[in-house]
Amino acid sequence: MCGIVGLFLKDKTLEPRLGELLARMLEVMSDRGPDSAGFAVYGAGRPGFVKLSLRAPAGVDAETLAATLRGAAGGEVDLLVRDSHVIVEIPAASEAAVRAALAAGHPEITLVGSGERMEIYKEVGLPKAVAERFGLATMTGSHGIGHTRMATESAVTTNGAHPFSTGPDQCLVHNGSLSNHNDMRRVLARDGIRFETENDSEVAAGYLTSRLAKGEALGDALKSALDALDGFYTFVVGTESGFGVLRDPIACKPAVMAETEHYVAFGSEYRALVGLPGIETARVFEPEPATVYFWERAA
Amino acid sequence: MTTRVIDLATNTVRELNGALHADKAHLHWQVLNPAGRHAIAAGLDAPATVEIDGHVGYYCAGMNKHASVLIRGNAGVGLAENMMSGRVHVTGDASQAAGATAHGGLLVVDGNASARCGISMKGVDIVVKGSIGHMSAFMAQAGTLTVLGDAGESLGDSIYEARLFVRGSVGSLGADCIEKELRDEHKALLFGKLEAAGLAGAVDVSDFRRYGSARTLYHFHVDNVGAY
Repeated sequence: MCGIVGLFLKDKTLEPRLGELLARMLEVMSDRGPDSAGFAVYGAGRPGFVKLSLRAPAGVDAETLAATLRGAAGGEVDLLVRDSHVIVEIPAASEAAVRAALAAGHPEITLVGSGERMEIYKEVGLPKAVAERFGLATMTGSHGIGHTRMATESAVTTNGAHPFSTGPDQCLVHNGSLSNHNDMRRVLARDGIRFETENDSEVAAGYLTSRLAKGEALGDALKSALDALDGFYTFVVGTESGFGVLRDPIACKPAVMAETEHYVAFGSEYRALVGLPGIETARVFEPEPATVYFWERAA
Repeated sequence: MTTRVIDLATNTVRELNGALHADKAHLHWQVLNPAGRHAIAAGLDAPATVEIDGHVGYYCAGMNKHASVLIRGNAGVGLAENMMSGRVHVTGDASQAAGATAHGGLLVVDGNASARCGISMKGVDIVVKGSIGHMSAFMAQAGTLTVLGDAGESLGDSIYEARLFVRGSVGSLGADCIEKELRDEHKALLFGKLEAAGLAGAVDVSDFRRYGSARTLYHFHVDNVGAY
């Protein structure tokens, strides 16, 4: 069992409240996944720059890290420390050099995700505590997804927590378990997708990344996942401009959605949605099995 | 008759259910702010009427006996699961496994019910005004399932003696489930169930098709030995 949530705002005036709303949704799902939690938020981005979400063990010296990053990026870098995570904004052109410098000089640091707008945070612990450590309630943005984990397929570690990101501004949360993930991981690895863990959900993220890299739209990538991925799943995925939901044909894993003219929201249970504005009059529905749902932000 | 009102914004579900089980003097109850909480009004055993204003979570009105439960909203997984008698009515949609294993009583869904509606039903009457999802009436043993809309894939897989009436289309029939002739006795039975759900005259019983067990899975057949 796990809990997943997602919130995609259509109404820009709600964007300052994204983190606050998502934090509440995440906390309600603690009963479904008390061992770890994580979330991705799509906030402000600067064209030509990329944000790296880094997880650093306690005791890493921010000044040393900043020096490494400055050297590789060829200039000043913005460093935002939030508990165990550091968000670094660098010129997109320097990303490869920065990644190489991090791998060489700071093997203790994990790159959790990257993108123009996406930031990812995840940790072991109760969802409420995780959200508070990172200050989720103060974050702003257009959409976000979150996960509360009750581990089944791999260990309770921060690396096993969701969301998983395998491509720029792409992330995925998963409730369920995949049965063909080992095979699929080998196939995708040959295609050049990099995996950090043995986790089944990371393979689902990698699969979507490989399809999106081939130029497919999110909706088409999700549709092809129905044939490629075997097992139980409800996925909620985020891209720079999109938000998607997919359930396997058996649909054992729960899902409830709510849509108003202001937002689209997803919860493993309706309880997660009760704090949203105007939920009383929202269209509340259960997404159909084996049916792709996705929404794109107007450019 | 006085109504006892319990607000779940200030009381726990355990307090509500404890009161419903202990207070036999009140026969009319109103539950406010259910907010999708689980197990609301479960385990009732009195001829009371319970009205719930809003969406409920899992297992609402589970194991119900004698009581009449009205949900003004949607219901989560396992609505009225293992109901023994009484009546459960949801004005919105019901999620998966509505009426699962229920032995008796009447379950009415004004909207749609999703997958596995009436799974392993054992005597309950279920009336869904909308459509039902896949694998509904799986291993259904007794009772009736009446659907005014459509049914999803694998309807009635491995069904025993339950009777299924569907007015719309059926995605596919499950193993050992077949269409059967809708004779006058079945129309009379169906009319009775529709009447109980407040639908007498609202739809024509002749528009329904009847499905049930081919009874080929009841006994071991030597031709199937290779399958074991």
